[in-house]
Amino acid sequence: MPTDRSHRQPDEAGAPTTHGATAVAVPSRADELRDRFAGLDRVPGVPKPDPIVVADHVTRHFGGMTAVDVDHLEVERGAITALIGPNGAGKTTLFNLLTGFDKPSTGTWTFEGRSLSGTPAAKVSRSGMVRTFQLTKALSRMTVIENMRLGATGQPGENLGAALIPGLWRSREREITAQAEELLARFKLDTKRDDFAGSLSGGQRKLLEMARALMSKPTMVMLDEPMAGVNPALTQSLLGHIQSLRDEGTTVLFVEHDMHMVRHISDWVVVMAEGRIVAEGPPQSVMNDQAVIDAYLGAHHGTDLGDDSLLDEAEPAPGATDTTPEGTR
Amino acid sequence: MRPHVTTDRSSRTGAVLLALLLAALATLGALPGSAAPARAAIAECMADASTGCVNGTLRTAAGEPAVGVAVTVEGPAGEVTVTSGPEGRWSAPVDEAGDYTVTLDESTLPPGQTLRDPAGNPRVVTVRLGAAAGALFPLGPPADGAGEGPDAPAPDPGDESVDTGGAGGEPGLDTSATGSTSGGGVTWERVAQQALAGIVFGTLLALASIGLSLIFGTTGLSNFAHGEQVTLGGIMAYLGVQTLGLPLVVAGALAVVVAGASGWLQDKFLWHPLRSRRVGMTQQLIVTIGLAIALQYTYQFFFGASSLRIVTATPESIRFGGVFITRTSLVSVIIAAVVLAGVAYFLVATRTGRATRAVSDNPALAAASGISVERIIRIVWTFGAALAGLGGVLMGLYLNATAWNMGGTLLLLMFAAVTLGGLGTAFGALVGSLVIGLLVEMSNLVIPSDMRYAGALVVLILILLFRPQGILGRAERIG
Amino acid sequence: MDWTRILTNVVGELVAPTTAAYALAAIGLNVHFGLTGLLNFGQAGFMLLGAYGFAISTIAGWPIWAALLVAIACAVVFGLVLGIPTLKLRGDYLAIVTIAAAEIVRIIGRSTALTDLTGASSGLRGNSYKESFQALSPFPDGNTAIGPLEYSNNSSNSWWIRIVGWVLVALACLLVWRLKNSPWGRVLKGIREDEDAVRSLGKNVYAYKMQALVLGGVIGAVAGIIYVLPRAVQPDSMGRPMTFFVWTILLLGGAATVFGPVLGSMIFWGALLLIKSVMRSTVPAEVMGTQQIEQFGWIVVGVTLMLLVIFRPQGMLGDKKELAINAH
Repeated sequence: MPTDRSHRQPDEAGAPTTHGATAVAVPSRADELRDRFAGLDRVPGVPKPDPIVVADHVTRHFGGMTAVDVDHLEVERGAITALIGPNGAGKTTLFNLLTGFDKPSTGTWTFEGRSLSGTPAAKVSRSGMVRTFQLTKALSRMTVIENMRLGATGQPGENLGAALIPGLWRSREREITAQAEELLARFKLDTKRDDFAGSLSGGQRKLLEMARALMSKPTMVMLDEPMAGVNPALTQSLLGHIQSLRDEGTTVLFVEHDMHMVRHISDWVVVMAEGRIVAEGPPQSVMNDQAVIDAYLGAHHGTDLGDDSLLDEAEPAPGATDTTPEGTR
Repeated sequence: MRPHVTTDRSSRTGAVLLALLLAALATLGALPGSAAPARAAIAECMADASTGCVNGTLRTAAGEPAVGVAVTVEGPAGEVTVTSGPEGRWSAPVDEAGDYTVTLDESTLPPGQTLRDPAGNPRVVTVRLGAAAGALFPLGPPADGAGEGPDAPAPDPGDESVDTGGAGGEPGLDTSATGSTSGGGVTWERVAQQALAGIVFGTLLALASIGLSLIFGTTGLSNFAHGEQVTLGGIMAYLGVQTLGLPLVVAGALAVVVAGASGWLQDKFLWHPLRSRRVGMTQQLIVTIGLAIALQYTYQFFFGASSLRIVTATPESIRFGGVFITRTSLVSVIIAAVVLAGVAYFLVATRTGRATRAVSDNPALAAASGISVERIIRIVWTFGAALAGLGGVLMGLYLNATAWNMGGTLLLLMFAAVTLGGLGTAFGALVGSLVIGLLVEMSNLVIPSDMRYAGALVVLILILLFRPQGILGRAERIG
Repeated sequence: MDWTRILTNVVGELVAPTTAAYALAAIGLNVHFGLTGLLNFGQAGFMLLGAYGFAISTIAGWPIWAALLVAIACAVVFGLVLGIPTLKLRGDYLAIVTIAAAEIVRIIGRSTALTDLTGASSGLRGNSYKESFQALSPFPDGNTAIGPLEYSNNSSNSWWIRIVGWVLVALACLLVWRLKNSPWGRVLKGIREDEDAVRSLGKNVYAYKMQALVLGGVIGAVAGIIYVLPRAVQPDSMGRPMTFFVWTILLLGGAATVFGPVLGSMIFWGALLLIKSVMRSTVPAEVMGTQQIEQFGWIVVGVTLMLLVIFRPQGMLGDKKELAINAH
């Protein structure tokens, strides 16, 4: 597989981006990815031009039940890939396996060319693949800023010995705090800086968890149902953040039930059912795939996949959603 | 589901279960001489023209008199059982000359004491009328490895509180032992004897453990005060027999009822309110520890720190081939087995029992399917405590005494048993208890007897090391 | 009632070596439970091992620093042995394993098989190991009275052991304060709240828990040495009740606070002595004997622990919003 790094956005990925960046990036990144994906076969396990994750024969059995049975999966670098499927399809289990929170029955996978199978969760995270959880794990009896600082890497004061000598970690602590404050401002949480995370609303906790995950400047973020339980007013802002992540060159893989979100922000969609990958393709085409409709509508009959009516906007073009975060807030 | 129908049924099942418990207790009547006065046995035998005596003095390895040890003398004149008096002296009158078999009941030896020469028990002495024949049973570390009966939990008040730190000493089942160094001399007979002791101990332990396991299963609480329910049973039986002078059966039944009532009250006034207040599990766990401390010292406050003998008469031994079992132990184990069978029937075949297992398996799912979880928890607390109380009564009889800390010293063995069997399942607790019982008694064969509880606890840690998934039940989903 | 005598005794209890030892043990437990959320119910095991390690190596003729190192090494090894199987499991398994392991230490210590080493259940006499410690004292022999308190300068229950004990308590407080407010302490706090979240952020949760377990255990072992220096090493006085009293002290003062364990220990022992002294002089012996008053004191301890955990789980110094006792 070619691992051509030139696909990453060199000009925007470098500098830390603040508010306005997403709007500027609109046509380039999403369009470029659409072109790149256009030539791919729309079959499960199709090879990608520049995969960051490659998984083979990953299975996980619980007792007699097979929760995950993925023959082959590639996730494209720098793109937003959505993982969808009905309840119990094995999406979260696959997430847990890839991030080291669960052990597979069989299978291997690589991340940026290095094998990650059997790697403990913390090491997976340190290698640049950071996840969030379906049920938010904001550390509720710590303040928002402490939550953020905990996400940082390279703090020598996290060693027992060095912790005793503040001189060894004070300067790094200042850098971390500055970085955290910048991210909080971007996620509009700066006014909550010194509040306990437990006092935040569900949506704010989702934002905090995502912001905290970004503290380590990951190459890939894995979001488990980022929209679940989030107040619609915050949805747009979350969507914007996810897209701006992609536009800065971060790979995003997310699990989601909300088809509108999937359709509007993802570049590629992977559909799971009963532990297997049943379809792959760009969002528009995959929603019409018969296998997907069968798998999905078996459970949710009558749901219109990708119904736009709930997204409060006239322009259905994928790029246009990028402007909404600023517009609605 | 119409709630009142269920309630009707459950109260009927409850009544049936209670009746079963009581019926089982009724067989306690088969036990010898409940509150028989102990003094008669201690009275010195005077040899005269028509009487011969068999006597001896028992001293521990440290030279102190061994009190309350049962010796049975059997021969042409029939059978007589006596216990050693305050000076460790015992004597049995016989009214016919001849050869008599003298058997010392090892289970009545003071804690940690063993026969120096296990092969010398039983022994045969020849008795003439008008004379006394001696039968000496020296105590101490055996020359060639000794068998040993179960220890009585006799806390030695001298051990504790001398120390100003006040951390009350914790002499327990493993107290002040002049333990035997064993190893060597492992005979099939000893193996069989220890295995039998293990089965008896394990069965009684199972009675005590089931409640612990079900309470964990239905509420998620590790109840560190469960041992005190066991003690409550033992002490209530002691109170009934020794203070109120009730027959053992009545006292035992009363003890079970009191223990069950205490479980009901505890859930009603302590644990149910805590659950309603959504007090965290860790907090509740620490509350159980506070309760355990308070209850232990309450028992000590009213009944003192020394051991309490529910029945002072000496149990007779029954011999099966090469192994001995006292009649008390035999009856106890039969009662325990009957009650355990009843519990198994309840869990498998009754509506409430199945609901209990469903709640234990998955409380949220059970609640969603219309089971009243709180009602099941109340039942589990009541019957779990009653079973522990029964376990306490029988354990007190089997060990020959009860004490304020009997349950506390058994608690870790109960935890070992339920962890081994799978936390939260009643049948797991049963199997786990039998394994732990066997382990504790059989380990006597290879390690010093005063370390045998340590052996069981090491096994507990090893299970956690090698089979955590198995005992954790389901692996929890993350995220 | 002789109030002067009672109050003098209570003041004496506040600075007693036992109070310092329990404060130190509670500081160690605070590293486990308050900072990290580990349910260690075997703190008495760490203390007993520390006491054995110190006493046995001193009796063997080792100098005091070597004996101290032996005690610390015992705690480190014990912590590793306990932590390896359990730190990956649910919290209450650690509780059961630690309580069992502490019992194992006690049972083995009191076993006759080791009489030559540990003195079995009668233990090791204080005079057999306290000489090297007393020899370090800079004070001349004799007694000194400060206010109403008068103790010998150097022998068993001395000013010397009080000074060393409380200096160690102060150092341990400083250590906990420094660590609690460091990035290391922040990781521990995160683990206490939700270890999966911390794991997802790239921290090696297992290693942090192990460090906390060992560090708190070492502080416990030192506490064990302070505890036995004025008396004897008696395994049965260092069993489960001791662990539970350390817990009560920690929760009384406030888990996860720096001075909570110290305040908790002083109040625990001071109040206990006060209750017992007042009862001894007011309750007639026919109503409650001396032994029963002693037991009544422990009943009060048990009930206090229950009420405290239910109604004021943050203790005297804690902040309810930062409650250290985890919700699950």
